[in-house]
Amino acid sequence: MGSRGVGQVRELFTDARLVATRDLRIEARSRVLLNQVAPFALLVLVLFGFALDADQRTLRTFAPGLFWVTVLLAALLAVQRSASIEHADDAHTGLRLSGMAAASVFLGKAAAVFVQLIVLEILLTVGIVVLYGSEVDDPALLALTAVAAAVGVATTGTLYGALASGLGARETLLPILLLPVLAPVLIGATRSFDDALGAAAVDGWAWLGLLAVFGLVATVLGALAHGAMIED
Amino acid sequence: MSVVELRGAVALLGRFPALAGIDLSVEAGETVLIQGPNGAGKTTLLRLCAGLLRPTAGDVVVLGHDLTTERRAVRRRVALLGHSTGLYGDLTVAENISFWARAAGLSGADAESRAATAAGLMGLDQRLLSRTVNVLSAGQRRRTSIAALAVRRPELWLLDEPHAGLDQAGRNAVDSLISEAVGAGATVLVSSHELERVRSLSPRVVTVAAGMVVADSSSGDSATEGDGEQGGGPGA
Repeated sequence: MGSRGVGQVRELFTDARLVATRDLRIEARSRVLLNQVAPFALLVLVLFGFALDADQRTLRTFAPGLFWVTVLLAALLAVQRSASIEHADDAHTGLRLSGMAAASVFLGKAAAVFVQLIVLEILLTVGIVVLYGSEVDDPALLALTAVAAAVGVATTGTLYGALASGLGARETLLPILLLPVLAPVLIGATRSFDDALGAAAVDGWAWLGLLAVFGLVATVLGALAHGAMIED
Repeated sequence: MSVVELRGAVALLGRFPALAGIDLSVEAGETVLIQGPNGAGKTTLLRLCAGLLRPTAGDVVVLGHDLTTERRAVRRRVALLGHSTGLYGDLTVAENISFWARAAGLSGADAESRAATAAGLMGLDQRLLSRTVNVLSAGQRRRTSIAALAVRRPELWLLDEPHAGLDQAGRNAVDSLISEAVGAGATVLVSSHELERVRSLSPRVVTVAAGMVVADSSSGDSATEGDGEQGGGPGA
């Protein structure tokens, strides 16, 4: 890679950091994650408990699936919030005119959503331990699965958030577009958590590999495709 | 040298021709008032020149770039003030201006220096700089928005109703900004209904109606008085 290429890569990540820092600052100030998304997610966990009749053995068995369904539902809110930051007062037009690479915007926004999802996953992990009585057998697998799945959800969500915003109906359209695409993450992360929480005898590390590949592909495709999504 | 050169430019909004074969040439350092009735195509014309719309037909060359194929090359060199402010409500005024300076590629001290200059130009004092945009009045937001554009020192200013919502001090600040920009060699296209105010800044008046230029004072056309309320197209 020549010096020009190095400069472009540096600019890409400098701009991405600028966008991520801005989104996280907005989140820290508005507290949408802490005051709305996290309570919603914890409420869903509690409701699952009611629906399954508070049987701890059943809850422990299904905790991985319930955990990830809850993460995906909460992620919808986080992604919608991320997209609305740009569209609330037409700031996305300014971004298009700034000359900033669309890939930088994508990576920055996805990174901010990723951080929020990690916070959410930590809260929900505490939630399933306390509410469902789950026990962590393999903390490393649990942590890596949480990170890999969050990458996949954040990148795919950011891309589809931009797509739904461009189509002008993001609140109603996003779940329909995004949830089917995230089915591999739901399946892989649930299987991996089955292993990490000792809920079922599966090879969680193999499923973690699938999640890692999904996250990598989603990141690359998102960075390449985001420009087309934010154009009129 | 022409900074803006449009020949038979057509732009569609959905299926409607918001611009229906417009011809316009603007030289470097000119200030041009674009006037016309609501829906005449003024906003669409500015968005086209900013590289936000792709021309459906005709030739559109801005700052030496053909906008059919090179829209992104133009964007960083223009500033478009639209009807929205383009600000982040949960950030302070200072954070907003600083963000847009850095987004334009300015680094550290340079970004902060230009942000301070632009804020001063628009009369944003220290008390306002530390407030979040959500709590500002519409006029204060408008001033912040203009300051956020000014940090970029664009070669081409595209201003859509820049005086709207501003008090007298704000309007004067906008006039000063336009004068300074032109003095620095920039070109300015202003869409405005405040004809008398803008005419003091711009000797050239272009009248747009139904997506076409119907009069241009630079070519000796006389149909530049009034607001051309005889009709407008579907374009914004």
